[in-house]
This record gives sequence, structure tokens and C-alpha cells, in this order.
Amino acid sequence: MSTFAVGQELTPTTFVINRAKLVDYANASGDQNPIHQSEVFARSVGLENVIAHGMYTMGLAGQYVSAIAGNSSRVKELSARFTKPVVVPADTDVELIVSTTVIEVNPDSARLEITATCNGVKVLGMAKALISL
Amino acid sequence: MLNPDLVGRTVPGTTSTTISQESIDAFTRSLGETNTEVAPPTYAITITLEQSQSLLQSSGLDWSRVVHGDQRFVIHQPLVAGDVVRCDSTIESARVVAGNEIVTVRADLLKESECVVSTWSTLVFRA
Repeated sequence: MSTFAVGQELTPTTFVINRAKLVDYANASGDQNPIHQSEVFARSVGLENVIAHGMYTMGLAGQYVSAIAGNSSRVKELSARFTKPVVVPADTDVELIVSTTVIEVNPDSARLEITATCNGVKVLGMAKALISL
Repeated sequence: MLNPDLVGRTVPGTTSTTISQESIDAFTRSLGETNTEVAPPTYAITITLEQSQSLLQSSGLDWSRVVHGDQRFVIHQPLVAGDVVRCDSTIESARVVAGNEIVTVRADLLKESECVVSTWSTLVFRA
């Protein structure tokens, strides 16, 4: 296990999101809300286009944190506010960039602040994780 | 409008869910991850959100107007295939802001009587 220091910034990861991945996530999670799959439906409820599940974005952030921690079983807490939607137009790969800063280090755990941006816009707010060391 | 009497009341889950390796595999793969030994940190949502939905719908809220506001997971023990869990739900708070009803539901996944994962979902029912 690597050691962490408060203020340390860890290498960001870029995730690619597209319509096919939203369908996979909908099937795997059981969340079949049509705003995540149908452009017609999304527009009918006032959205500009299909948006990713907030939980998909958070799930990717969770995988990023799992990789930093070593594996998923070391992730003890994960929280986020869904501040801006990740808009996913048809036939388009949208990039989600996830990065993190270490904000607290304890003998057996570390707290991380997570940043997730899409086209330069922060899509998660107050995103934090607690990992065991 | 949610009946204020429901706030603070815990609704025990009446059914148990057996977590399958297939379900963990599909969820993990959908996030682009290949290690499926334990469930990803956000996996619990596949169980808790459905329970919260049925609780809030039966309380009269319109799920078609819902937006996910925020989400928190506290994982005491990672979920693995073969775990049999029950989900107890509690409406922790409900308030109305600018006509939108903002409800926070806590869901506890229990393995026998031990709480293994707790989730908090804030759901915004748009006016």
C-alpha cells in the first residue's frame, strides 16, 4: 500500500461515457428511467438531451477510488451531490475526468476529495471518500 | 405532499435478496472494471433505490418527477456473492423548497441482524 500525504493530488483518470454504456448500466443496475436512454423522452421532460445516471457517474468515481485504495473492499464511505447532468448526445463519446486530493490521513484510513468534470464543468459536488489503508 | 407522520419511521424490508455473482459481474463490468471479487462501492444502490421507490410511491410521491440530489454510502462490510440481505428503509427528512419536495431516505442492508451497508439518498420530486 502506498503512503498518502495531506494535499497530495493523485493522477486523474478519464472515463468515456456513451449511449451504449448507459444501456449497459441501466441493465446492470435496474434503473431503466428513459431520461437515460431516450432523447425524445428526455426532451419531453425539459432536458437538453439524454443524461447519464447520476449513479453511473458516481459509480465510475467509485471505481477510481477503488483503484487508488487497492480494491473495492477498502472503500468505506463514498458520497456525492449530483450538481450538473452529464449530457450524452447520440453517437458521441463524452469524457469524464475524475481526480482526487488527499484531505486527511489517519493511521488506518485516508479521506479523499473527488473532482469529476465533464467538458470543464464539475458534475459532482461535495464528493468524498474514506478508504482504509 | 408526503405525510409528515412518515418521517422518522423505519419500514422493515419484508423480502430478502440473495446477491448473485452474475449481478455483481454485470454491475462491475458496466463500470468498466474487471475485478468482481467484491461488489463495487455503489452496488448497494441496485437494492436500496428500488426499496426507496416503493416506499415513497406508496406514500403518494410521483416517481416520474424524481431527480437524484445526492447519495452517500457507508460500507461496514463489502457485499459479496451469496450474501442474503434485507433492506430496512427510513424517511429521515422531507421538506418543500420552491414547490419541490426534497426527501432523504436512509436504507440499511442487513445480513442476518448485522448492518453491512447504509445508504442515504436525497431525492427531489420536481413540482
